[in-house]
Amino acid sequence: MAQYASILFSMILVNNFVLVKFLGICPFLGVSKRFSSAVGMGGAVTLVMVLAIAVTWPIQQLLVAWDLEYLQTIAFILVIATLVQLLEMALKKFMPPLHRALGVFLPLITTNCAVLGVATLSVNEGYTYPEALVAGLGAGLGFLMAMVIFNGVRRRVDEANPPEAFRGMPITLVSAAITAMSLMGFSGVVDHLFGA
Amino acid sequence: MQKETSARKEFTKGLLAENPALRQMLGLCPTLAVTTAVTNGIGMGLATTFVLVCSEVVVSLLRKVIPGSVRIPAFITIIASFVTLTMMLVKAYLPALDEALGIYLPLIVVNCIVLGRAEMFASKHGPALSALDGLGMGLGFTGSLVLMSAIRELLGAGTLLGVQVLPSFVEPMLIMITPAGGFAVLGVLIAISVWFEQRNAEPEGRPKGVPSDTLCAACPIVCRVNDPHRVNCADGTLVEQLRRFEETVEQRLAEAEAANEKGDER
Repeated sequence: MAQYASILFSMILVNNFVLVKFLGICPFLGVSKRFSSAVGMGGAVTLVMVLAIAVTWPIQQLLVAWDLEYLQTIAFILVIATLVQLLEMALKKFMPPLHRALGVFLPLITTNCAVLGVATLSVNEGYTYPEALVAGLGAGLGFLMAMVIFNGVRRRVDEANPPEAFRGMPITLVSAAITAMSLMGFSGVVDHLFGA
Repeated sequence: MQKETSARKEFTKGLLAENPALRQMLGLCPTLAVTTAVTNGIGMGLATTFVLVCSEVVVSLLRKVIPGSVRIPAFITIIASFVTLTMMLVKAYLPALDEALGIYLPLIVVNCIVLGRAEMFASKHGPALSALDGLGMGLGFTGSLVLMSAIRELLGAGTLLGVQVLPSFVEPMLIMITPAGGFAVLGVLIAISVWFEQRNAEPEGRPKGVPSDTLCAACPIVCRVNDPHRVNCADGTLVEQLRRFEETVEQRLAEAEAANEKGDER
């Protein structure tokens, strides 16, 4: 149990996908302006990450068994892109309320580097199937957390009056730097707590 | 003669005017992630350049064969093949670089610069021009990676390419090689490029050399091109365009919400 908790919290806090590993910067900067869209995007990414791991992990085992590991990147990206499309159709058909909440964001994350990143990472780390799923969940929740925190920061920044050259993207990046700093305090905490 | 100038234009535009990282804000993930040391910046930049040139040439050669409706998956497959090739080469000949770049090497597949150029340029131009475009964009990207990693390595570790540059009594600012430093340096670099643009703008406010669809290329919305909702980016400063882009995202979300509400009523 401890190793799952350790993976979950280290993915959320220590190896936060957005603020520490810089994966999924585009949606992080593009959709964090409104609270509802920040939460929606975070939820969609979490869902897709867990499902992507659920599908790519067995595929990786097949690739290893058939001695085709070099096809990993191609296989993963195509499988994830297809998966997102199918997920959108399935949600639309079977779970309209969830589709209303997340549907807008799904097409945006078809080629999101965070999703491919978590799939590749859990293969590289040699996680077992349940461990990989927990890692996917943690990465998604970490993304959600970063989106929500940054949304709060951004609403304050939007009211400020920076020098003209800094308006828009530059000041957003600088405030992202300060947000990222807040996560630096966690390095080592998780290892220490769970003795991993 | 004219052909020669247009070839030169396709090559040079990626270096400064349409620099992918600093001007179009494409491929920010690797720009932030691997730029802790100059060697990583050069390695990542050249790997991306290789993938860009090869995939642009192949996409351009196949542009009349690939049906429009499946072009994006086809492009992704082509790009992924070249990324796999690059990974094999790097693993075989530069194992240290492979170690340093880690999962960011396979992630070139989802780098928006590569798919963006395939879609926006290579699918509409011949292979020679596409190769030049890829080379220019790739070198422009490499340039910004090197600039950014030089700043971060110099301030964060006091070294350049691993050689001690700052005198030893200068305490290195460790924050620069942490993720927070990455965001901050990129923010300041983009602000400087915006400042230059504003300074060079002609009196009536029209900036020099900013292509009208710079921002469409930077649009993280995946449809990017041939989309009826595409932002109509007229000329304007980069700041202005960014504002307009954000408005469009908001507007699309509002539209989607309105559509949902309609669905609820039914």
